[in-house]
Amino acid sequence: MRNCKLKIEKCKLQISPLSPGAGRRTGSSQNFHFLVFIFQFSLFFIFALCSATVSAQPKNSCIECHARLDDPRISAPAKLFDNDIHKSRGLMCNDCHGGDPTATTAEAAHDIRKGYLGKPKTLDIPAYCGKCHSDANLMKRFNPSLRVDQEREYYTSVHGRLLKEKGETRVATCISCHSVHGIRAPSDPLSSVYPTNVATTCAKCHASADYMKPFGIPTNQFDNYKLSVHAKTLYDKQDLSAPTCNDCHGNHGATPPGIASVANVCGQCHARQAELFQTSPHKKAFDDRQLGECITCHGNHAIPKPGDQMIGTQQGALCINCHTQGDKGFIAAGAMRSRIDELIASIDKSSAILNLAERKGMEVSKPKFELKGATDALTHARVLIHSSSTSEVDKVIEPGMDAANKGYQAGVGALAELSFRRKGLAVSLVFILFLAALVYLKIRQIESRQEQTNVS
Amino acid sequence: MRIEPLTNWIDERLSISSLTKLADKKEVPLHRHSIWYYFGGMTLFLFVVQVVTGILLLLYYRPSAENAFESVQFIITEVKFGWLIRSIHSWSANLMIATLFIHMFSVFFLRAYHKPREITWISGAVLLFIVICFGFSGYLLPWNKLAFFATKVGTEIAGVVPVIGHPVLRFLRGGDDVTGATLTRFFGFHVAVLPATATVFLGVHVALVQLHGMHVPKKYEHNYRRMKFFPNFIMRDLIGWILAIGVLAALAAIFPWELGEKADPFAPAPAGIKPEWYFLFMFQTLKWLPAKILGMDGEVLGIMAFNIIAALLFVVPFIDREPENRRRHLIFNVIGVVALLYIVVMTIVGYVAK
Repeated sequence: MRNCKLKIEKCKLQISPLSPGAGRRTGSSQNFHFLVFIFQFSLFFIFALCSATVSAQPKNSCIECHARLDDPRISAPAKLFDNDIHKSRGLMCNDCHGGDPTATTAEAAHDIRKGYLGKPKTLDIPAYCGKCHSDANLMKRFNPSLRVDQEREYYTSVHGRLLKEKGETRVATCISCHSVHGIRAPSDPLSSVYPTNVATTCAKCHASADYMKPFGIPTNQFDNYKLSVHAKTLYDKQDLSAPTCNDCHGNHGATPPGIASVANVCGQCHARQAELFQTSPHKKAFDDRQLGECITCHGNHAIPKPGDQMIGTQQGALCINCHTQGDKGFIAAGAMRSRIDELIASIDKSSAILNLAERKGMEVSKPKFELKGATDALTHARVLIHSSSTSEVDKVIEPGMDAANKGYQAGVGALAELSFRRKGLAVSLVFILFLAALVYLKIRQIESRQEQTNVS
Repeated sequence: MRIEPLTNWIDERLSISSLTKLADKKEVPLHRHSIWYYFGGMTLFLFVVQVVTGILLLLYYRPSAENAFESVQFIITEVKFGWLIRSIHSWSANLMIATLFIHMFSVFFLRAYHKPREITWISGAVLLFIVICFGFSGYLLPWNKLAFFATKVGTEIAGVVPVIGHPVLRFLRGGDDVTGATLTRFFGFHVAVLPATATVFLGVHVALVQLHGMHVPKKYEHNYRRMKFFPNFIMRDLIGWILAIGVLAALAAIFPWELGEKADPFAPAPAGIKPEWYFLFMFQTLKWLPAKILGMDGEVLGIMAFNIIAALLFVVPFIDREPENRRRHLIFNVIGVVALLYIVVMTIVGYVAK
């Protein structure tokens, strides 16, 4: 390691004292010297203030020295550290690496007698970070709501187990995901673990065929995920509630969910669907066949936006992957799909007539609002198909059909009212024109009489 | 049954016969420009339509941020012929402003404001501003999205006037923002303050017209025929009013006035928001003005310029005092044509602009 010497320049300020009796002066000369005095005093005051401010900040030889070094491997940490959350909380290099930041030489700064630890080995990184992050008492000083079980959880992850049990150093440790020296809070959009950046961070390793070769796992998860409804919601709509890798796999305890637990993972958000599935006849059938509960129909990473085409007995429906014509499930799937189609057709019909009435200038905002009852019922019915029960689906389809029919009737009423108005207008205009014509004739009659009077 | 004793009884007390004698003597000049005389009467008729339909709307309208929109929705969907009354009220308001502009420009170009009609002109100018205030205050009352943001922009424009701007803005809004307090306030202006003021000025205006009679342009002063006001002229007026009812009914039935969506103070302003057509030329001017003109705020300068023009409108009869001065006549005609063209062109530009 190159030696580094700090040059500390000491500045001395010399101020020429003004001699009060330095000769006789004229009035203007006195004024001039008074102004010079004020100017010099001001300069002295500003300089003193600056010196006090500068001296209030302690020198940190780690940063100053490392930042000047040519080797980017050694200088980068000092530069990156400016944006590090630890720095913003008042922590410096020696709080992790030990050593003496006040020393002016590299030897003194890197003295192991002063607790210098240096760069940790990969195997030691979780414990290195865990020194503070697993210490509840210490962490309370900085962020009382932050969990302190990350290290413990990490060792339950595939990454942690491989590291600990097999000494595999190619696995991800804390710094692989959070970066090092430029660590930002997960809520910072520039953080590598901000929701919209998580998948890219994981993909650094998991999308690399070469890197993953020794582990024998697929590398297409990221490409698949980008096709999913979750990714579209997260990236296109910037909806941070949409799941990314860690929401299903966990973060510090990252593990692929097994078949037995996949429903619990999806059920974190899709609670109602998961609950209905648990009570459905599919539950036992899936368990018996060792099928993943949600992923069998919806897939895992490349989960498409669900649609009505998934259910039913027509070509392309998922139900016919297992059910065959005539079996109970086949009939139920066909019945549920046809009920949903009926409700959709009814809503479309009502919307069309209400939109037509609106385009013609009729006020139909109230029935249009009430039609939302039918679309809500449709959404509910689409959820209830997870029960695989036609009668459950029917329970919400019926009120939905009623709401849609009411909307349609309101549309019919609005168009009838429009027709009445038009006819009423035609009759009124005939009457109005007739009245105007009568007045006109009356004027002519009056004026003709007036002319006759004038002539006579 | 004989009604003579009854009419005699009334006449002894109210002297109706003197009024009929007066009406019998009243005449209207007949010449090439007599057609313009009808626009004053048409404006008055549309004002009466406003009063009648306004009173009917008052039976159901509820002036609060919570109920205003719903009450108008109720009027146009549930109340028998409520849609007709509301649409006629809105269309008639717009037609009234149009006929008022025509009336004002016809008086200007025919130079009917000369002595002794200066006060008639001033009362007419006051009525013009009262009617514009009617339009601005009434626009907010349905409490829909467009009205809410148009009022916000309109009152903001008033707020940029130096010194008095902010107090005026707070007075108009009833606070710093457009809220339910603004709606209540505008309702008060619309149904009490403005009608009362309008009635006074309308009384003065009509009385002065009766006192001085119709103005005859210089060119026809010695060469015009006469028509009896009653019944010849008033019956022609009546034809116009009957046809106006037909036009209003057709507009209401074919193009019912939209209600739109309920105002949401937390929603973003809709894109391309515009004021009512009669404010468009000013709105477009302010949009086109550069941010800074000679180091001063362009918008402020524009508003000040419009205020000065409005003030000049009142003093027109005192600037152009000599009916014989042909040069001044030409200058005023040019000013009038330029103003008219400017209003028409900028209104069209404002209407088609995105």
